[in-house]
Amino acid sequence: MGIAQWRDQLRSGEVSARELTDQHLKRIEAVEPSVHAFLEVTAERARADAERIDAARAAGEALPPLAGIPLAIKDNLCTKGVRTTCSSRMLENFVPPYESTVTERLWNAGAVLVGKTNLDEFAMGSSTETSAFGASHNPWNPERVPGGSSGGSAAAVAAGEAMAALGSDTGGSIRQPASFCGVVGLKPTYGRVSRWGLVAFASSLDQVGPFTTSVADAAELLQVIAGADPRDATCLTAPVPDYRAALEQPIKGLKVGIVRECFSADGLAPEVAAAVMAAAETLQALGCELVDVSCPRFNDGIATYYVIAPSEASANLARYDGVKYGYRSSGSDAAGDSLAQMTARSRAEGFGDEVQRRILIGTYALSAGYVDAYYKKAQQVRTLIRRDFDAAFQGVDVLLTPTSPTTAFAFGAHAEDPLAMYLADLLTIPANMAGLPAISLPCGFDSQGLPIGLQLITGVLQEPRLLQVAHHYEQAAQVMASRPVAPLVP
Amino acid sequence: MASTSAAVKTTPSSGELLPWEAVIGLETHVQLGTNSKIFTSASTAFGDDPNTHIDPVVCGLPGTLPVLNRKVLEYAVKAALALNLHIAEHSKFDRKQYFYPDLPKNYQISQFDEPIAENGWIEVEVAEKGKDTYLKTIGIERLHMEEDAGKLVHAGSDRLAGSTHSLVDYNRAGVALAEIVSKPDLRTGREAAEYASEIRRIMRYLGVSDGNMQEGSLRCDVNISVRRGPDATFGTKVEIKNMNSFSAIQKACDYEIHRQIKAYEAGEPVVQETRLWDEGKQLTKSMRSKEGASDYRYFPDPDLGPIEVGAEQREGWRSELPELPAAKRHRYAEQLGLSIYDARVLTDERAMAEYFEAAVAAGADAKTVSNWVTGDIAAHVNANRLSIAELPLQPEQLAELVQLIDGGVISGKIAKDLLPELLAQGGSPKAIVEAQGLGMISDPATITTIVDKLLAAHPAEVEAFRGGKTKLQGFFVGQLMKQTGGKADPKLANQILIEKLKG
Repeated sequence: MGIAQWRDQLRSGEVSARELTDQHLKRIEAVEPSVHAFLEVTAERARADAERIDAARAAGEALPPLAGIPLAIKDNLCTKGVRTTCSSRMLENFVPPYESTVTERLWNAGAVLVGKTNLDEFAMGSSTETSAFGASHNPWNPERVPGGSSGGSAAAVAAGEAMAALGSDTGGSIRQPASFCGVVGLKPTYGRVSRWGLVAFASSLDQVGPFTTSVADAAELLQVIAGADPRDATCLTAPVPDYRAALEQPIKGLKVGIVRECFSADGLAPEVAAAVMAAAETLQALGCELVDVSCPRFNDGIATYYVIAPSEASANLARYDGVKYGYRSSGSDAAGDSLAQMTARSRAEGFGDEVQRRILIGTYALSAGYVDAYYKKAQQVRTLIRRDFDAAFQGVDVLLTPTSPTTAFAFGAHAEDPLAMYLADLLTIPANMAGLPAISLPCGFDSQGLPIGLQLITGVLQEPRLLQVAHHYEQAAQVMASRPVAPLVP
Repeated sequence: MASTSAAVKTTPSSGELLPWEAVIGLETHVQLGTNSKIFTSASTAFGDDPNTHIDPVVCGLPGTLPVLNRKVLEYAVKAALALNLHIAEHSKFDRKQYFYPDLPKNYQISQFDEPIAENGWIEVEVAEKGKDTYLKTIGIERLHMEEDAGKLVHAGSDRLAGSTHSLVDYNRAGVALAEIVSKPDLRTGREAAEYASEIRRIMRYLGVSDGNMQEGSLRCDVNISVRRGPDATFGTKVEIKNMNSFSAIQKACDYEIHRQIKAYEAGEPVVQETRLWDEGKQLTKSMRSKEGASDYRYFPDPDLGPIEVGAEQREGWRSELPELPAAKRHRYAEQLGLSIYDARVLTDERAMAEYFEAAVAAGADAKTVSNWVTGDIAAHVNANRLSIAELPLQPEQLAELVQLIDGGVISGKIAKDLLPELLAQGGSPKAIVEAQGLGMISDPATITTIVDKLLAAHPAEVEAFRGGKTKLQGFFVGQLMKQTGGKADPKLANQILIEKLKG
């Protein structure tokens, strides 16, 4: 059952918001010990919010579109009065005095917060293993990672702990965990959704988007969170179209581009390639035309990303210095630290290894003598990647690739080799580089019963087309109908 | 010039060196007087309790974003246009990165390689006691927008050294600044001070800044070096900070020029460093040495889009610029026949210039008005710390007063007597003169009668005058004025008095 159906039942009174909330809180209680999707469960607030909605309904008030829908929010989105930690010691006790634009819009639409979800520290990672508060587990197999960085949100939705969730996607942080956890994950066009209140990782790439169990539900959430925001200078002012109405538009005759380079990428699992090609054939059977497309710079995205994102991060994370808020080393006073020593000690203790690694990379890439060779060169390649996409969309309506080269990997699989971990984002990064909307949705399971994700990409602001094609595929393929048994997945 | 220089240029004979020349450039930070900060709506008010004008953006809390205040862009472009700078159609903001507690994000949003405006100039009038006033054109490299930092308050000392701990006040953080960088065209402390004061005057004319140096609304850093003559390579550059008046700028430059020359002549090196002007001791002292250039790791701020200023917008703002001080000075001297000095004094403040112009427009003689405005009126305004704009005496009323004198209706003395009341309350001088019967006595018969009586009353003095003590004329003039309450036409009265005295 999707959000639209729950909405009908809530409005008719067949189910109360309180019942729906309790049901999810109960599920959280049951599976959290195994999944650890949440850093904080806001049960009391959720019940109070739900009761307010039920009272409003009883008083005859019209309910807003997401009234009573229990949601989980990635813990790098600021929630007023609710701790927002970014899974970092640095912000372990940070309580924002303001609300992010996206969550404000969700609460105004009646959604109910059930909790804040785990992530890789400051969204830097692909497995939630860099979280300072312990990793989350994949509900399909708790021995596997849920993906990252928005792994907690993906796992929460997959495990039925929330009806939907928000995540953020800088290089694939929504789509890759969606793929690993067998749910739908949407990264909108850069600027379609406000970044106000999203704790910045790489500002020119970060974008907020939904995790849901269906494409229609993704449209429901995007409808609420998209649109201009005077508090974010990079937020687009283009009007928000009716995403739900776009879903049922016919797709016959649309051209689907198969990005050739993706299928020759290093480390692409044969089972993943096969499932994605099968999905392409499903679309063909629905009347789409498959077109072989080349994006020569596609696989250069990852090298480009690992210069640009750390560069921006090195500046964005400079504010965490132990002076104003956040973690300050308790050893500083005892050691008689100077100001610089206090800041250095606080950052060394407050940030984990991966965050420090990226700050160092970014600081290096922006340093005098290197900035031309790294940062500026990367910006040039970024332009080339964007041009590749522009050229490709001259001939096709939507591009199709795998979301991740593999299915969910085991904990510690890449512990000794950060570069191998970075390759998990190989196929998702190019859409961030070009600011394009992209979606991941389940297209099958591997021999170990782990979900495989299909990625679709369209041109700037073509979310209606993206959701439309994804929806048609989802309805035709019915992937979840033949899913393997997994106790933590409802 | 290469062909002639080889033939004409005379090389100084050995041992004969060209005189020292200073090369000075100024970096001026001007706080733009918008009500709210450059990237958020927090207030820019000065002087309130610490950390009362802050918000999550000012403090750089996680998840906050800057949005450019459009008024800041307007003020910056207007300032740039007034400095004859070329306005970039496209420019951008960059992040300048360094760790310091007064900088909440540990980077400053500034403009690096694509400033809003480049390549301009202003004309400066260099006036110094005992020397001829001259005009000089000073090049301006660029103007860019940036955010101000907060302020550190060092407890237990006025400096970091010796303090027990430091407090941070972010009220100033995020206030909009225009940084104006001059070309190294200045040669003396006086020129540097005149340049800075002209920048301040222009900003105040535009209304984009109050230019208050004590409150830090206008701050100047000086870069200074010395060399042997205009063709020599530049000497080592020293930066001087902490001057909070124009006279401090002048004195700091002059001190530093002297110090550097003395060092070179003693065979000692001048090191590249930042020095602080010590107002108490009237000298510069080393603050920190700048071995190499700092690495600020600039890169474009991804939170802010490109800054676009189209031709239509630019010309619209240009059309709103007032007449600027240099243009006024020229006009007053050339069209109104005022002295360079008077033109300079009248145009120092826009309000005074406008007051003067309004009086002239009401029909009064420019020179006379100038004398009144720069004399008694300026003295009154300064003594009472008023703005001339809030003076009860309206410029049209001053014009009326001047016209009463020039028309022979009242004497200058009567006018001076009337002034305190007019300054305090305003009013029509003509009406007051009529009501109080202060009009001048210019009827010869009336004056003759008074003189006759006067001479009759002082026979001894008349005798003495006729015996050669001609100085006694003053005594009779005084008596005459006393008796007429100062209303006798002085010229006529003198004439009749002399005639009668000589018998």
